[in-house]
Amino acid sequence: MAKLIALTPGAGLLPVSAGSVTLSEISADRLTSVAPFKGQDKAVGAALKKAGLGWPKPGQSVTGKGGEVVWFGMGKALSIDADLPDLSGLAAVTDQTDGWALVQIDGAGALDVLARLVPVDLRALGTGGTVRSLIGHMTASITRTGDQTFRLMVMRSMTQTLVHEVHEAMEHLAARG
Amino acid sequence: MRVADKGLIDRTRKIAFTFDGKRVEGFAGDTVASALLANDIRLVGRSFKYHRPRGILTAGSEEPNALMTIGTGAQADPNVRATTQELYDGLTVTSQNRWPSLARDVMSVNDLISPFLGAGFYYKTFMWPAPWWEKLYEPIIRRAAGLGALSGKTNPDDYERAFAFCDVLVIGGGPTGLMAALTAARAGADVILADEDTRMGGRLLAETETIAGQPGAVWAESIEAELAQMPNVRLMTRTTITGAYDGGTFSALEKVGHHQPRQPHLPLECFWRIVAKRAILCAGALERPIAFANNDRPGIMTAGAVRAYLNRWGVAPGKEVTIFGTNDDAHRTARDMVAAGVKVAGLIDSRDDAQVSGDFPVYTGGRVIQTAGRLGLENITVQHSGGQRIIRTDCLAMSGGWNPTVHLTCHMNGRPQWREDIASFVPTPGAIPGLTAAGACNGQFTTAACLADGARVAGDAAADLGLSVTKPDLPKADDTPYRITPLWHVEGKGRKWLDFQNDVHVKDIKMAVQENFRSVEHMKRYTTQGMATDQGKNSNVAALAVLADVSGRGIPETGTTTFRPPYVPVSVAAIGGPAQGKGFAPERYTTSHKASVERGAPMIEAGLWYRPSYFPKPGESTWREACDREVGMVRSTVGICDVSTLGKIDIQGPDAAKLLDFVYTGTMSTLPVGKVRYGLMLREDGHVLDDGTTARLGDSHYVMTTTTAAAGLVMRHLEHTLQVLRPDLDAQVMSVTEQWAQFSVVGPKSRDLLNGVLETPIDDATFPYMGCGAVGVSGVPGRLFRISFSGEHAYEVAVPSRYGESLYRLLLAQAEVLGGGPYGMEALNVLRIEKGFITHAEIHGRTTAYDIGMDRMVSLKKDCIGQTMSRREGLLEADRERLVGLRPVTATEPLTAGSHLYTTCTDPVRANDQGYVTSVCWSPTLNSYIGLGFLKNGPDRLGQKIMLIDQMRGVRTLCEVVSPVFFDPDGGRLRG
Repeated sequence: MAKLIALTPGAGLLPVSAGSVTLSEISADRLTSVAPFKGQDKAVGAALKKAGLGWPKPGQSVTGKGGEVVWFGMGKALSIDADLPDLSGLAAVTDQTDGWALVQIDGAGALDVLARLVPVDLRALGTGGTVRSLIGHMTASITRTGDQTFRLMVMRSMTQTLVHEVHEAMEHLAARG
Repeated sequence: MRVADKGLIDRTRKIAFTFDGKRVEGFAGDTVASALLANDIRLVGRSFKYHRPRGILTAGSEEPNALMTIGTGAQADPNVRATTQELYDGLTVTSQNRWPSLARDVMSVNDLISPFLGAGFYYKTFMWPAPWWEKLYEPIIRRAAGLGALSGKTNPDDYERAFAFCDVLVIGGGPTGLMAALTAARAGADVILADEDTRMGGRLLAETETIAGQPGAVWAESIEAELAQMPNVRLMTRTTITGAYDGGTFSALEKVGHHQPRQPHLPLECFWRIVAKRAILCAGALERPIAFANNDRPGIMTAGAVRAYLNRWGVAPGKEVTIFGTNDDAHRTARDMVAAGVKVAGLIDSRDDAQVSGDFPVYTGGRVIQTAGRLGLENITVQHSGGQRIIRTDCLAMSGGWNPTVHLTCHMNGRPQWREDIASFVPTPGAIPGLTAAGACNGQFTTAACLADGARVAGDAAADLGLSVTKPDLPKADDTPYRITPLWHVEGKGRKWLDFQNDVHVKDIKMAVQENFRSVEHMKRYTTQGMATDQGKNSNVAALAVLADVSGRGIPETGTTTFRPPYVPVSVAAIGGPAQGKGFAPERYTTSHKASVERGAPMIEAGLWYRPSYFPKPGESTWREACDREVGMVRSTVGICDVSTLGKIDIQGPDAAKLLDFVYTGTMSTLPVGKVRYGLMLREDGHVLDDGTTARLGDSHYVMTTTTAAAGLVMRHLEHTLQVLRPDLDAQVMSVTEQWAQFSVVGPKSRDLLNGVLETPIDDATFPYMGCGAVGVSGVPGRLFRISFSGEHAYEVAVPSRYGESLYRLLLAQAEVLGGGPYGMEALNVLRIEKGFITHAEIHGRTTAYDIGMDRMVSLKKDCIGQTMSRREGLLEADRERLVGLRPVTATEPLTAGSHLYTTCTDPVRANDQGYVTSVCWSPTLNSYIGLGFLKNGPDRLGQKIMLIDQMRGVRTLCEVVSPVFFDPDGGRLRG
């Protein structure tokens, strides 16, 4: 029997560069959303802690064994490649590996590029800080992963638009010289 | 005329541009206005209404006359102020509102008949006959009156949008702004200093005064350099703050590419949204003209502008300059001119007691009562304490005093306050929360006072933010007091212009009062004074002073109209920024997109998604041929369709079933694991919100399917239910729309096909109708649902999206072996209409479950959202428009969606309306047009004839009312 072939969201679209900034695809093996059931926040936090991770505070990402757990909106977190403990009965755990496009924007002008697309002050984020906001017209998850590096996440179907919009902003900025 | 050794221009860099096709030269640092004046070009435009010859009035963004079209063709940019447009090589400048040329303008005939064209003329003249207004009068008036025109072509330029955040936003980089920015920055605040000019300095660039013993421009440069070194300061030149909004938000327009030849990707403009914890308005002041007869001839300018052209650009705007002022500030112009070696033919001061000395004739207690010169000023007539005389002059510098630039403080409905000593309005404190005015815009009219005010206000702002402030030493600066005795208009024969951009003069104001438009707001509307892009920058105070005068009231009592955003014109392109073309909205692509496009499928938008309309085959010349074939294919063999765009919501938790029972009209808690059920959702008001299927994957685990269009809406509805209506429920919802690529496999051979890709073959026992479960799909864990939107034996198979394209291509290949293939939205629509299945064409927001024949699905054994309201009186009455099928009596006569239904032999008028048609198609299965619609008493009228009338498209088709289920009404095919 033929086996299905897997394609990443950014296949054929990335990387792109302009000026000092590069946009490239991040490969992630597993994305899992975690949403604790009523009154289970502490239990979920404890289970994650025991597994070398932790429940992220709003606007934070917790890095731990194998990956990280990123705050993903009210009462929700997204684990990226982390080894999650068994949370059955404690939280709604949903596979999201194929639902999101993950890209990295990197370079001296990354903040300036994002200032053209994201209506929040990303300068205020420390490394590991995260927001749910907009990139252009798209709802997104944005996490600062380094001094000049951010991880951008949008819904998979919008990958092409994400690349188009960020690349255009990169080109605009680069043209200013 | 250039003056040697003056100005901040770079005389080593010549720049050539064209003005109305003629080559003109200037220097780097020139504006179009300064370069034109340097070349003795005084006539630069024609006025809005009367087509009067006009020259440059000011030296800033407040310019009302010198509006130009920059560039040509699709890149032409109309109404650009020549006073702010920087020169660059190859710049093309064209004057506006004249034909065939500036000097000979045919429409200047308007000026000759001007007595008939005063304020209110349109309202009185073009009243009758009423229909003529739109068709005749307005087009003619619009052609005759107006400014520059858009090219009508798609703008190829790039525009940018950006967001910025800061502690302190300093608006304006003159002496006040520089001092404010320095003070706040040294205290450690995150500062943005924005100025619309190309460099910081404000009036210091235009005056000869010194600060700390240095020329003002040099001092400004040193402060700018210091600020540029500080990491907590962002300097934004060529950036005008255009509006003040809620929450400390300001809009700003940055000119990015306007001052240089076009470069690839370089935006023309950037529209900023700046959010500031505190803002300091240091916008300075604008000089106001004096209204005297024919005060609008080319060569008559504001006194401050004349100084600016001399001191900043090294240009004398005339050979024999006269000055007419009401205040001491105007005297500077005379002194600067004389110092630069330009002849001053006279200084006329309206005050009897004015103290002036200098090497020029002085006329105290003087008035300019008339001017002459058809296309440019030649002489003025002056009346003064010693009599009357005519003075030869080609440049008259006038100053009626200075108006603080209070505009931004009015943007949130604040009204400025009158200050008698400076005869002007100043901002009302607190008019914009978090914003404080400082310097000249706050009525501080000496440089020394401005520096002190800037430092004080910035110190307060920084302290307010919890920073420790060390106030900088204030440099020594000019402290000559500003003395003024206002003079608003000079009596005499001839029109005394107030608003140059809208062609409003003193008599228009008098006319307004005469017609009882005495309120300042009424006067504005009646005369058009202070309207549009000018926003009364030059004329507001003078106009209301005249109004006060004429109506016998004081100025404070008369009040002022306020100023709206934007402070300077902002192109819609800049506001839209990159949201044009592909940037208008995100494009959502399914994993099968590429494969569909490769097969030549035209893609149509469904929400933000792109879906294939149909898959043309060689020899098919219309969509209908392809659609008919696809429908036949599905009904006879097997068809494949990507249905990933349908919303999928994962629902988990101990109360997942309770949540579903509460949002659906039916009962989902009784659904066995491994089964799917159709569900209908109502809004609070009892009307249908959406429909779809829900599958139970586990005891407390469901996956809900929504329509493509309502996926976001339903997600929001569920969140709202959990957060607001039923916070007691312990359930979590999560979108998994994008996680799964899902394909319909439809038709009698669907199972044969699936058994070729599933790891374990299925049959009726393992996968009965409405069954669901986990399956292995060619090595990948997937999900299978036996559901149908076509009436055929059908499945939806889902795999993680990364495998979507691969599975789609595999399914197509397998389908083709069985005589099947892909089908698109058109065929999908036909298949569902044949079965009477509804979409949002039917559940369009005004229909109830009863209307669509599903009232029995609203379970009364439990509560659900909308249940009570759906039982309201009037929502369950038989004569409501209810769902029926329609079939033309002659099968080939077309039905059209949107047409209305009438009983035969009645007039097709509203009162006789019996209903309307929502969905139509040609059914290749039934060989007839068929349709769905809503008809009064519909289900009780089966078999009756009804007339379908489409007044828009001229269609009349006699139809028979039938059951909405046209095909396989007992559903035998579904069950296989």
